[in-house]
Amino acid sequence: MDGRTDGEGLTDRERGFRDGVRSVVPLAIAVLAFGVTFGVLAREAGMGVVAPIVMSFTTFAGSAQFAAVAVLHGGGSAATAILAAALLNARYGPIGITVAPAMHGSPVRRFLHAQLIVDESWAIAAEGDGRWNPRVLMGAGFGIYVAWVGGTAIGVAFGDLLGDPARLGLDAAFPALFLALLAPQIRERRAQQAAVLGVAIGLSLTPLAPAGVPIVAASLACVLGLRRRSAA
Amino acid sequence: MTAIWIVVLGSGVATMLLKAAGPVLLGGRALPARLNGVVTLLGPALLAALVATNTFGADRALTLDARVIGVAAAAVAVAFRAPVLIVVLLAASTTALARAIA
Repeated sequence: MDGRTDGEGLTDRERGFRDGVRSVVPLAIAVLAFGVTFGVLAREAGMGVVAPIVMSFTTFAGSAQFAAVAVLHGGGSAATAILAAALLNARYGPIGITVAPAMHGSPVRRFLHAQLIVDESWAIAAEGDGRWNPRVLMGAGFGIYVAWVGGTAIGVAFGDLLGDPARLGLDAAFPALFLALLAPQIRERRAQQAAVLGVAIGLSLTPLAPAGVPIVAASLACVLGLRRRSAA
Repeated sequence: MTAIWIVVLGSGVATMLLKAAGPVLLGGRALPARLNGVVTLLGPALLAALVATNTFGADRALTLDARVIGVAAAAVAVAFRAPVLIVVLLAASTTALARAIA
């Protein structure tokens, strides 16, 4: 599939749960590979078999889990590891606000629905006009969830058979994935400006602030949206 | 052993609350019109920052390594509207190749 065709070609029909699942399959394959990587690293870090899988079930956010495990493995305290994970996931605060208008039902239902928010499902569910499709979010989030937890289990179980993930170039797969998700969202000039500003903030803070903070700060680039639209 | 489970529990609870805060507190209500423009730009800003920091960032420093080659290859594939899976595979294989040669 091509992320670009979604949300454009289907204007006559609202996208649904299945469209979310279908759109997410190529991404889920990449996420599966990352889940395997996480399982391998977590086991090597001495987390055992069950804890990494439980963590993927409950935290369900790649970078935060990698960071928490790295802190623990490096001899850091539990509090530092939790703080690192929370900082890396702090972007889900503003992300949650963007999808909030699309989420209906009881608070419990909304709480559970919100657990399927990850970068990938959020990007796929974007309708491009400041609205998000809750059913697509659910389908795409479900696909990523299965891939992430399943990948973790595979990595924990069969990690010994795999080599060093860096050797396979898997660390370049994630920025590539985000790039593919970004492309359809930066056709308008204002979106391009927000992207450039986000990059500038993120990179300039990377050497200065703890991991996660640069990403949260980059989200401030969206205040460009407060400006009135120019005549062009 | 216990430290591991404290981290699993703590990061799980923190992440669940961060994800659910907006939907639980504001769910179903439309955002003020003025915020709509802001919300539309959050995607481009966050995704672009994720691309950049995952390409150049390494443990509180900026570096140039084999990832750059992979992401550059991915950018070309995206420009030619290649499917996402091809983009990702190309990035990983190009980076792996660059590391093997280096």
